[in-house]
Amino acid sequence: MIRSISSIVFFLSLLLSWEFVARSGHYSPVILPSPLNVLEYIWQATCDGTLWVATLVTMKRLILGYGLGLLFGIPLGLVTARFRLLQDTLGLLALGVQTLPSVCWVPLALLWFGQTEAAMLFVVVMGTLWSVIIATNDGVRAMPPIYLRAARTMGSKGLHTWIKVILPASLPYLVGGMKQGWAFAWRSLMAAEIFVTILTGFGLGQLLQYGRELLAMDQVVAVMAIIVVIGLLADRLLFSPWERFFHKRWGTGSIN
Amino acid sequence: MSIENALINIAPERIEIDGVTKSFTTNRGTIVALDNVSVKVAEGEFLCLVGPSGCGKSTLLNIIAGLDTPDSGRVLANGESVTGPGRDRMVMFQEHALFPWLDVLGNVMFGLRLKPGLNNKERKEVAKYYLDLVGLSKFQHANIHELSGGMKQRVALARALAPNPRVLLMDEPFAALDALTREQLYGDIQRIWEARRKTIVFVTHNVREAACLGDRVLLFSPNPGRIRAEFQVDLPRARDINSVELARYSTEITTALKGFTNKQGTEVAE
Ligand SMILES: Nc1ncnc2c1ncn2[C@@H]1O[C@H](COP(=O)(O)OP(=O)(O)OP(=O)(O)O)[C@@H](O)[C@H]1O
Ligand SMILES: [Mg+2]
Repeated sequence: MIRSISSIVFFLSLLLSWEFVARSGHYSPVILPSPLNVLEYIWQATCDGTLWVATLVTMKRLILGYGLGLLFGIPLGLVTARFRLLQDTLGLLALGVQTLPSVCWVPLALLWFGQTEAAMLFVVVMGTLWSVIIATNDGVRAMPPIYLRAARTMGSKGLHTWIKVILPASLPYLVGGMKQGWAFAWRSLMAAEIFVTILTGFGLGQLLQYGRELLAMDQVVAVMAIIVVIGLLADRLLFSPWERFFHKRWGTGSIN
Repeated sequence: MSIENALINIAPERIEIDGVTKSFTTNRGTIVALDNVSVKVAEGEFLCLVGPSGCGKSTLLNIIAGLDTPDSGRVLANGESVTGPGRDRMVMFQEHALFPWLDVLGNVMFGLRLKPGLNNKERKEVAKYYLDLVGLSKFQHANIHELSGGMKQRVALARALAPNPRVLLMDEPFAALDALTREQLYGDIQRIWEARRKTIVFVTHNVREAACLGDRVLLFSPNPGRIRAEFQVDLPRARDINSVELARYSTEITTALKGFTNKQGTEVAE
């Protein structure tokens, strides 16, 4: 309770000081729109549907790309951790490529796929996949080998060991990796939407970019705010419950 | 299979360790952890292995468990060659090795779930029976990290007992516990051993513990790992770790142990 109050007070005072600075008249509204302007834009764009459509388009791309990244990243991370040959090849590749900021994939994607959905998907998958591989790999390698030995004595082998021992033992790392993957996917999608202008769908990134071109600062700031809110919501709804569960089960995480 | 069958006392197993040799090569050189070790463990015997650190006790236990293979020699369980882990031989490791992603019941169920012939309801009942046996039925839904060290070892014991193995291999299971908890567990393990009829091979550093629990105590010496002496402990059960007769045995064993491990400081406690 006290915690939510402190959060609310903090954000309210942030908004108030922003409003105050905007009203002081030092900066033109083109440079610094007031929070009220931004809210107004959000209201109007919600009513005429622009925001809904853009958010929907973006979320669709995000979920598809992120899903693909997880679908391939988790199994690949599992196998790179368990087989030395894959560790030294694919693992090393992932480690290297992971350091690439996702926006660096955009020129390549544009050359290969042109201004298409595929280009966008490619960028998001590239942004997600490698970090998920690394996180899963790290999680499996951090697992105490005694778990495997104990499981073997009880008759676990093959797929059973993978699903019932290795996977759950590395879950805390995995959720960390999924969270990071989500953040990376989000970043790469925004980069992709800003650079890839296509006719198949108009996402939040494109809305942001158009705002800049039209010098509509209220639109730019509004879209940024929405991106932040979606990120926060995802964290709260998708990852926090898992993390709380782990901390409770494992007895980790004294600071909550 | 019904629950009665799952809980029934099955015949304990006879183990023959026949000329087992195992060495490890690292960049520091080659260590002969076990040098031509032969032991026969009778059905239902409680055998204790004692020896200073590094004399190959864990290695031997792992080989009996089928987790390691010997360089030469072989292990027979009821006359059949051991080639890998088997449900007839359960292990209790020095660290509890419980799975933190499962609760207490889930841990005890882990091995049972892999045991064919039982449905889930029966498995649960079997698991509860063993949790009751180790005195933890109230904690079946507790998380592992919420348990004390002694409770964790009890859960590990229940987990090892649940699939109803013929042999229990215990590697210094109580080493990390305080004296009081340990004494309690000595009572528990003797009670369970008598109730559930198992062959037990029990590794320890603690001579008194060995004399208290074992029908027979084997002394190991390191570099290379060999059996140096054997003691029969003919005391009635249940034995009290603090009894005077027991002290006589442990003094005798300690003296023998000191006889061949005088050079470096050893970690053997009386
Ligand atoms: N995987 C391994 N690689 C290299 N050396 C090993 C390995 N396992 C055991 N050893 C060596 O073999 C010897 C016997 O080890 P083991 O663990 O069986 O001793 P132990 O009698 O159980 O000792 P402790 O009482 O301290 O547990 C030791 O010198 C150890 O260093
Ligand atoms: Mg050992």
